[in-house]
Amino acid sequence: MAKLQSSFKNMLLSLTLIALVAAAALAGVYTMTAGPIANASAKKQQEAIKQVLPEVEGMTFAKADTVYVVEKSDTVSTIILHKAYVGEEWIGTAVEASTEGNMNMPFGGTFKLMVGFDQVGNVVNYVVLEQAETPGLGALMESWFCNKEKDGQNILGKNPATTNFTVSKDGGDVDAITASTITSRAFLEVVVRAYNAVAQQPMLIEKVEVEPAEAFVCPNGNDPLECAGRGCAEQYCLKQKGDQQ
Amino acid sequence: MKNKALNTVLNGILRENPVFALVLGMCPTLATTTSALNGMSMGLATTFVLICSNVVISLLKNLIPDKVRIPAFIVVIATFVTMVQLLIQAYVPVVYDKLGLFIPLIVVNCIVLGRAEAFAAKNTVGLSALDGLGMGLGFSLALTLIGALRELLGTGSLFGMNLYSETYGMLIFVLAPGAFIVLGYLMALVQKLLKK
Repeated sequence: MAKLQSSFKNMLLSLTLIALVAAAALAGVYTMTAGPIANASAKKQQEAIKQVLPEVEGMTFAKADTVYVVEKSDTVSTIILHKAYVGEEWIGTAVEASTEGNMNMPFGGTFKLMVGFDQVGNVVNYVVLEQAETPGLGALMESWFCNKEKDGQNILGKNPATTNFTVSKDGGDVDAITASTITSRAFLEVVVRAYNAVAQQPMLIEKVEVEPAEAFVCPNGNDPLECAGRGCAEQYCLKQKGDQQ
Repeated sequence: MKNKALNTVLNGILRENPVFALVLGMCPTLATTTSALNGMSMGLATTFVLICSNVVISLLKNLIPDKVRIPAFIVVIATFVTMVQLLIQAYVPVVYDKLGLFIPLIVVNCIVLGRAEAFAAKNTVGLSALDGLGMGLGFSLALTLIGALRELLGTGSLFGMNLYSETYGMLIFVLAPGAFIVLGYLMALVQKLLKK
């Protein structure tokens, strides 16, 4: 067969035909792989959840909750909570959070963690789900923060409410990965944001005992209740009784 | 005929090795060879695309008018790359996690378009398939070799098996400069051996 000439009609027909066949082939492969891709992703997620929660027989999971948190960095982040139960009793939460919404951005693009917390908020374990950090440096986070032989860098069993989860260089309690302070800051921030997402859940709030704040006494005898909702209550109270407001 | 077929395959592996002789496809060569397994996986994915695109382009060469050959070739190549991406994601998710970003970039790998234009568009289907196989194997071997050396020198392991303590590894080999150093030395060595 002779080669087709480059006429407008030939070019249009040739490209259209190739594009149509390509689209059909891709649709076929997509249909074939959609199931296995979803299964592989679900399996990976299930394995990660089991790895970060306490080893208990008969653990069941509630439907995953997706929470949208407005972060300090003024961005909205998506955090997914997988709550685990034994019977009726809640035993911990596996939290899927990424560096999206972090103030400390990582070195090599976004990364995603699955962090497990027990009922009181102690970190049980973590798994790095996705990362693109430098091998040998930032990528060491996969094993660095769970090294039980080195307490300074180990975060397992520690609670972000009682331990300062920032790197020691910034005055915190956790040793950063050698030569990867940027990655370490981003990692610890994700763990703290994951913790905060759990802490906002009603289940944990019930567990935390809140100390009553000291009652405010107005130094010049004004009724403290009147001060409420007027901005700086103390300034209001310092005005003499009967002064014009 | 047999000789011609064998020559076509060997040509891609040795004399016209895409990495060491033609110096094509440097982006994946430098970026994905942080370990032997990563290099090999990238090489094999590219081999699959090369063989399939060479065969299809050789089959369609008379149906594609010259003026639109590049867009037509790119559509064919991109189709196969997307297929590879979906298949790897579905059946070898571990490899997909490591190479995810670089698989779509096979579309713009100069070797694939280069072979389509320089070989498949002018030769028979059989020879084009063999050329794709030879070039693909040459590329895979080069990437595996670079990856193995970088992994061994940088982290002390080979295909994930620890051979000596990671503490003694020279980290620079896992990082970008290490890729250039290993590639440079291997290129010089291969050229020297080929000239003998």
